[in-house]
Amino acid sequence: MNHTPPVPSLYGVMAEFADPTSLVNAARRTYDEGYRQFEAYSPFPIHETFEAMHLHDKRVPLLVLGGGIAGLVAGLGLQAWVSAVAYPLNIGGRPYLSWPMFIPVTFELTILFAAFAAVFGMFGLNGLPMPYHPVFNVERFAVHASQDRFFLAIEAKDAKFDLERTRAFLRGLGATEVNDVPE
Amino acid sequence: MDVHPVYAPPPVIEPGHSFGTVTEKIAAIVLTRRHPYSWFFGLFVGFILTMMLLMAITWLLIKGTGIWGVNIPVGWGFAIINFVWWIGIGHAGTLISAILLLLKQDWRTSINRFAEAMTLFAVCCAGIFPLIHTGRPWLAAYWLLPYPNTMGVWPQFRSPLIWDVFAVSTYLTVSLLFWYVGLVPDLATLRDRARSIYIKRLFGMLALGWRGAARHWERYEAAYLLLAGLSTPLVLSVHTVVSFDFSIGIIPGWHATIFPPYFVAGAIYAGFAMVLTLAIPLRVIYGLEDFLTMRHLENMGKVMLVTGLIVGYGYMTEAFFGYYSANQYEKYMVLNRQFGPYWPFYWSLMVCNIIAPQFLWIKSVRTTPILLFVISQFVNVGMWLERFEIVVTSLHRDFLPSSWGWYWPTRWDIMTFFGTIGLFVTLFFLFIRVLPMISIFEMRTIVPEARVKGAKAH
Repeated sequence: MNHTPPVPSLYGVMAEFADPTSLVNAARRTYDEGYRQFEAYSPFPIHETFEAMHLHDKRVPLLVLGGGIAGLVAGLGLQAWVSAVAYPLNIGGRPYLSWPMFIPVTFELTILFAAFAAVFGMFGLNGLPMPYHPVFNVERFAVHASQDRFFLAIEAKDAKFDLERTRAFLRGLGATEVNDVPE
Repeated sequence: MDVHPVYAPPPVIEPGHSFGTVTEKIAAIVLTRRHPYSWFFGLFVGFILTMMLLMAITWLLIKGTGIWGVNIPVGWGFAIINFVWWIGIGHAGTLISAILLLLKQDWRTSINRFAEAMTLFAVCCAGIFPLIHTGRPWLAAYWLLPYPNTMGVWPQFRSPLIWDVFAVSTYLTVSLLFWYVGLVPDLATLRDRARSIYIKRLFGMLALGWRGAARHWERYEAAYLLLAGLSTPLVLSVHTVVSFDFSIGIIPGWHATIFPPYFVAGAIYAGFAMVLTLAIPLRVIYGLEDFLTMRHLENMGKVMLVTGLIVGYGYMTEAFFGYYSANQYEKYMVLNRQFGPYWPFYWSLMVCNIIAPQFLWIKSVRTTPILLFVISQFVNVGMWLERFEIVVTSLHRDFLPSSWGWYWPTRWDIMTFFGTIGLFVTLFFLFIRVLPMISIFEMRTIVPEARVKGAKAH
């Protein structure tokens, strides 16, 4: 049997910053340096980081639109089918497809499906729930990333990644600490 | 040249806070073992009343609705009164979290979490009544929910009662989603702060592996904003649909187009009164005066005053409709409300809902928590009286004097009602113990150090 000794593989290199301004500047410079496979982590949303990283993901609004349309069609279709096909009730000769009376339920189902699309779409695109992620291997990240510190990790799979040079680059950004992130 | 604003609103957070202090202060309430005695006392009272609720429901299921005070002509009694009252209270949470978010009102940040929790619990309490009001809840499924059953029977989609089912269940679901999405980053904070491995794992599972990545935050904010945009018409639609339960009917006093806006305003009014009822003791017991500042209380007082005036306008319009309709039944209904056998309800309603909030015009009243608390209690009672008056006085004397009647609740009605208050209290006290009652990550965005220097304000 061929036993290869386990090689600790590397997810990337992570820098820690003390305040949001440093994180935004670091993200901008990392992008300008040519890195693409990197991520900024903050304990609250910082709009300037989105701009610095050139993020513009428009899929969530599209999913919500799709969900809303699906809810509208489902709501109207359900009521029309029930009232005119499956269980027609003739009440004083009024029409079976009395669509104005179907508006409230159609409206509620539109909202319901759109909200489901927003929440499940957002979590799905974010790849959550995710029980394990290498960034939590950095001890300070696991404690402070959700509280009061700001992190930026460049992944090893980035074309420009070079362990020594990337470490030095991150140190040059004013990081308080630079750590390797084991896979 | 620096331009100093002549008037700047007081800050929404007291000065001197940082990321660390807001996190510590709010998370500590959940993660420390010690808890104020008043919490145990509140939970105890709530628990006793919840047991009473279970007893009342059990007896109802054994005996049927005969144990209640309802009969013909008043077939709708406490069940619908309490349902509408609770649903109304449940409106403030989503209003605060959604509408104030869209209007960029930064003072919503420290009240939205527990207001949303309050919404969920109020809607749960409301949901009990339509479920049990037939006394045979296991038969409710096929006439409320569209599912293929062996009888081949489907719900009547032209009935406002079915609209209610869809409106309330959608509202509960969307409010729950909104609340949970808002909680996820805070659950991650609790996961990272928890010392015990079990608590860490529990919060870890609930936080879904949230790690605060910028790509995640971008989609998160898009989804959150869209949820707010979806919840805004939803919250307005729910009480509109509830008001259709009445206004689609032909009973005098119900068949009026004023009902939807008047019900929605009443719901916001009642909801803000309940938020104040909860917020005023909470900020003292947990020392949260830095986050729940006087500005929050004052603003909520103002919202209460405005919605109170709209409700007052609704009462006047209702009376005017009666006089102007040239319909003898409508006219009689107005007189009967004011001077009939239920006159004490009508006039105490006027005192609670129209006279009491007028004190909110005075700034010193709006900035005195105890007075605000007293006024909110008047509004809580007043909104209940409003529902009682709408339901009972319209039904007990409708058209034919030979079929007039009288309604009075039995002890089982009253036990069920106070039981739901107990359930609400119990759920709320459990919530403040196990989840952060103020959104920690949103509080971080309003501390001064969150400003990115060198960037224009967004």
